[in-house]
Amino acid sequence: MNQLWKMDPNIKKTKNSADSANYPEAIQSPSQFPDEVLEKVLSMLHSHKDRSSVSLVCKDWYNAERWSRTKIFIGNCYSVSPEIVARRFPRIKSVTLKGKPRFSDFNLVPQNWGANIHDWLVMFAKVYPLLEELRLKRMTVSDESLEFLAMSFPGFKALSLLSCDGFSTDGLKSIATHCKKLTELDIQENGIDDVSGSWLSAFPDNFTSLEILNFASLNSEVSFDALERLVSRCKSLKVLKVNKGTGLDQLQRLLVRAPQLMELGTGSFQQELMFRHCMELENAFRNCKNLQILAGLWDASYVYLHVLYPACSSLTFLNLSYATLRSDEFTKLIAHCPNLRCLWVLDTVEDKGLEAVGSCCPLLEEIRVFPAHPFDQDINHGVTESGFLAVSHGCRKLHYVLYFCQQMTNAAVATIVQNCPDFTHFRLCIMNPGQPDYLTDEPMDEAFGAVVKTCTKLQRLAVSGLLTDLTFEYIGKYAKNLETLSVAFAGRSDWGMQCVLGGCPKLRKLEIRDCPFGNAALLSGLKKYESMRSLWMSACNVTMNGCRLLAKEMPRLNVEVMKDEEDDSHVDKVYVYRSVAGPRRDAPPFVLTL
Amino acid sequence: MEAIVAHENDLNLKATELRLGLPGTDESEKESASCTKNNKRSLPECAEESAKNDDLDAQHGDCEAAPAAKAQIVGWPPVRSYRKNSLQQKKAEAETGFYVKVSMDGAPYLRKIDLKVYKGYPELLKALEYMFKLTIGEYSEREGYRGSEYAPAYEDKDGDLMLVGDVPWEMFMSSCKKLRIMKGSEARGLGCGV
Repeated sequence: MNQLWKMDPNIKKTKNSADSANYPEAIQSPSQFPDEVLEKVLSMLHSHKDRSSVSLVCKDWYNAERWSRTKIFIGNCYSVSPEIVARRFPRIKSVTLKGKPRFSDFNLVPQNWGANIHDWLVMFAKVYPLLEELRLKRMTVSDESLEFLAMSFPGFKALSLLSCDGFSTDGLKSIATHCKKLTELDIQENGIDDVSGSWLSAFPDNFTSLEILNFASLNSEVSFDALERLVSRCKSLKVLKVNKGTGLDQLQRLLVRAPQLMELGTGSFQQELMFRHCMELENAFRNCKNLQILAGLWDASYVYLHVLYPACSSLTFLNLSYATLRSDEFTKLIAHCPNLRCLWVLDTVEDKGLEAVGSCCPLLEEIRVFPAHPFDQDINHGVTESGFLAVSHGCRKLHYVLYFCQQMTNAAVATIVQNCPDFTHFRLCIMNPGQPDYLTDEPMDEAFGAVVKTCTKLQRLAVSGLLTDLTFEYIGKYAKNLETLSVAFAGRSDWGMQCVLGGCPKLRKLEIRDCPFGNAALLSGLKKYESMRSLWMSACNVTMNGCRLLAKEMPRLNVEVMKDEEDDSHVDKVYVYRSVAGPRRDAPPFVLTL
Repeated sequence: MEAIVAHENDLNLKATELRLGLPGTDESEKESASCTKNNKRSLPECAEESAKNDDLDAQHGDCEAAPAAKAQIVGWPPVRSYRKNSLQQKKAEAETGFYVKVSMDGAPYLRKIDLKVYKGYPELLKALEYMFKLTIGEYSEREGYRGSEYAPAYEDKDGDLMLVGDVPWEMFMSSCKKLRIMKGSEARGLGCGV
């Protein structure tokens, strides 16, 4: 193939007969648009799904798309290889990569499973020297990789690490030291070695480009002096989320230096402040006219919450999921936040607190209620169905819910979805596995039946409680837009899983644990798995024979098995995903690729 | 938190009982039901529970009744490690007591109480009354503990002697260094009337 046209995108690309051999239906007539126009038009497409569709139209469009793509999203790092990506997309500036299966967040995936970023970085350094952004989720990243990153991409701007592992604060030091154009450093909920806070001091004195800084989940203390100076000189700082070690008086000083902040994560909200300092802090909040998002608030002492009030009316997202507020304390605060679109809370606010949400926040679209005592058998704590009902009653625009509770009823869920039929994400976690409707003692089938029947836009569903196969019959039959399904301790037989795999045309991710689904269920999805991103099954009834059969029938799927320690034929965990890269070469000894 | 009383008649304990087996199966079904291998090991952090669980590690799908301490299932409820560790840290902090000395004028020796146990002033005062066999009476902003023989006072972070009850409970908790129960005659200076 003529290599010239690859170098200069302005040269009209000649059609090659070899190309049309691959695309026999491609029309040989001249393209309707000059390539430059096509590329320009396509460069305005941002959605990955749209770009994917566009690339399938014809060879011209495939080429125009791949040349104009600057952002790439890879939902499963093993579905493709660095080489394939590099070959197809020559001009990438931003990469998003996701690695381990989601259940690794809950310790279900052993250490050293894989999803290491390093080989990707080596390829990127070769092919994308102008790389600007890297966003990683559930990947393993070493300090060496971070140093390599910092040294290899002179224009690097944004690093976001969510739920990753393998690095330490030393790696962050490399980033701070060498990335002169850094605009974003977002470190969230990673399993890392928190050696020291000295990384923050590594930003050079002449470094001023930072716009987003989130180190909330790092516990080691940073130099406040370095932080204050950094915040002072980065005039474009929009997002600042500090860690627990930052006290209230320090917060006040930071806010005074950065009143332009749009997003703030406070440090610990519990420090004895003199009245005068309290007033200063309240004024500092008053002066933050652009504040829309507020988080942090660790150990929030009710005594000081009032300093937030001046900023509350403009808040759209309030994250109180680390603040153990009681219902009376929370109620007073939430009354000041009428414009909330998104709220994350702990269940210490109880049903009363949620009633207040229903009354005060009519614009609410998303609510997440996390458990303060997830491992406590105490059923008198937390929230129940009435809290959820109250929110649904007052917040008719609700479309995203994550709700951890001790008890639920079918009737309540039915009412909730009547109130809020627009749910796109419905994640209900009844914390006691296999618990029925606590009033009727029946399974929770009708609850989820109501959800899938009423909420036609539903994309993501997590089920819990005592569930028979009927739940899955409902899901398969009604959940036409469902893309992600999480199942635990549910179902009665293979039939349940078969219903889901036989229905749900848009299913992409299916994760199952501790369910009585076996080989028949696994194999019923033979044809479907290639249209999905992945399937995870753990502690089910799948055997090696079933997995081997699946692997044999579907060579373009990677079927990875983690065996049961005691029983050789029984499979503890199986992870099935489509891939154009073939079986992965970095699988650890406990992972068997069939 | 309130004391939890198990209302055994109200709870359907059988339905909510956590067992090493599938929900819906019971003892008689355990052989026929396609029981998953019950290798649910508890989290490494929970040393106590795992010691109990090792005994219950079912080789042949024994669906035994739940042990007295609920067995922790790996990765359930689905809460991310970071959040889990945060909460456990909080719990650990909550569990360490917050003991302060309590002296009473005229008593031969001091006592110690755990402030964390009490949710507010009424409970604390009741506890003091019980411990020292005295009555303290009711608090009023104007009169302090007028009308009683004793007044509770505390030494704060600055070393000042303060009357118990003036500031919000949380603030009191974070600033109280030690308690002192003063006799009425001395306490009069502390706001017990003119």
